[in-house]
Amino acid sequence: MPRLPGQRIVSLISVEGLEIRQGGRQILHDVTLAVRKGEIVTIVGPNGSGKSTLLRAMIGAISPSAGRVVRQEGLRIGYVPQSLPVDRNLPLTVRRFLSLPKPVSDSAAKSALDRAGLPQVARAQLGALSGGQMQRVLLARALLNDPQILILDEPTQGLDQQGSAAFYRQIEAIRSETGCAVLMVSHELHVVMAASDRVICLNGHICCEGHPEQVASAPEYRALFGTGTQGALALYRHEHTHDHHHHHHDHSDEVAE
Amino acid sequence: MILFDSFLARAAIAGAGVAIAAAPLGCFVVWRRMAYFSDATAHASILGVALALTFDAPVFAGAMVVALLMALLISTLSGRGMASDTALGVAAHSALAVGLVAVSLLPDVRIDIVAYLFGDILAVGHGDIAIIWGGATIVLGLLSWRWSALLTATLGSDLAHASGVDPRREQLILTLALAIVVAVAIKVVGALLIGALLLIPAASARRFAATPEAMALIASGIGIGSAALGVWISWIFDTPTGPTIVCVAAAAFIVSSVAKRA
Repeated sequence: MPRLPGQRIVSLISVEGLEIRQGGRQILHDVTLAVRKGEIVTIVGPNGSGKSTLLRAMIGAISPSAGRVVRQEGLRIGYVPQSLPVDRNLPLTVRRFLSLPKPVSDSAAKSALDRAGLPQVARAQLGALSGGQMQRVLLARALLNDPQILILDEPTQGLDQQGSAAFYRQIEAIRSETGCAVLMVSHELHVVMAASDRVICLNGHICCEGHPEQVASAPEYRALFGTGTQGALALYRHEHTHDHHHHHHDHSDEVAE
Repeated sequence: MILFDSFLARAAIAGAGVAIAAAPLGCFVVWRRMAYFSDATAHASILGVALALTFDAPVFAGAMVVALLMALLISTLSGRGMASDTALGVAAHSALAVGLVAVSLLPDVRIDIVAYLFGDILAVGHGDIAIIWGGATIVLGLLSWRWSALLTATLGSDLAHASGVDPRREQLILTLALAIVVAVAIKVVGALLIGALLLIPAASARRFAATPEAMALIASGIGIGSAALGVWISWIFDTPTGPTIVCVAAAAFIVSSVAKRA
């Protein structure tokens, strides 16, 4: 990717010519991308396309076989994992979890839970939470260090469509409130793409990227997901813009995803 | 002090020293599902005993070095995704067998291997107590120094990385602590039953704890109680002390299961 003068300054985190090999298998190659201040970038791709691997490389959990990950100096990352299976033999309250690894004040913990939309659970055990509550607790923890970028790995896995739509609205609200950038992986194309400034379609390498509409009509994207998704995206956009009128629409296209 | 000079008191003090270090470490063994890992490490220490006797080195040192090497080996393997339950089982039993064969090959040494398999707590001297409590202090120091980072790494390696905690480093800390506990426990409960002293107090404490810290404290209490009561019971009924301590801990586990349900 040609770098314009000054681009380095605004890009919070970037990946250049990344290659990841695991057990002799090439998972990712020639991946170059950058996330700028305040934008919402979504990575879509089929199962096994290396989406999670890319995020894990960006947070430093995997080292690249080639290429590099460049983070802005002192970048504060808020990471929300796909799930957090807590061993049931580990007693841990939500409040205690928020103080790992660094202790946080009660007021900071409370405000993070409020912003994640889950004010009442501080004393609950992590193991007793529902999937949706757990995702919000993970989001609250990610918000604690006032992140410049939120990185979310399939954050709505296991939520129903309403639940995940609500979750993404929360993410958008947090972005407009705090101005943090958001980088997320999702398979829920129509929900997530409508909320994104930029979509990156990944399948071992970057197939295509751009505005959601551009990507949805790109031949590379259609080759991966079929043509139906574009309709679903359009439908969602339509629904989204008329959210407050509660019109009844024909949802026949919705099965396409 | 007359009490301190009685071998029963020395045994109880030694047992308490092992228990106080083993219990909080055992919580991590439970949370991270490292039971086989700790067994393999403990069993390997028999080989360390054999080597120490061969080279006329202190048994504590031999047991600790070999336990540490074994723990490092299997944690490297598991880091590469190679250490399945099966691989750990193979390592645990092979290490024990190799150790036993090595002891039998020692020339001119007639040692009672049973003492190292099941412990010989009634024979601990003042020097042993110093080593046990020294080791326990180091383990407790390591655990409290790294406590939050260890918990974070236990929750998930990606989460740890994103929080600036290197999970491999924390694994290394636990590995080191485990080798120290194995080395100091070998004389008290023996290589075969160290795993029990790690696991059972932690498992018994789980039902009464709402936070990880409470679980570690309660586990320590159960461990110390089991050691003291075990020494006393083994004296009264003339039973082997190490196994008796473990029996008391197991009874505590059963009581804790029933108590919570009632």
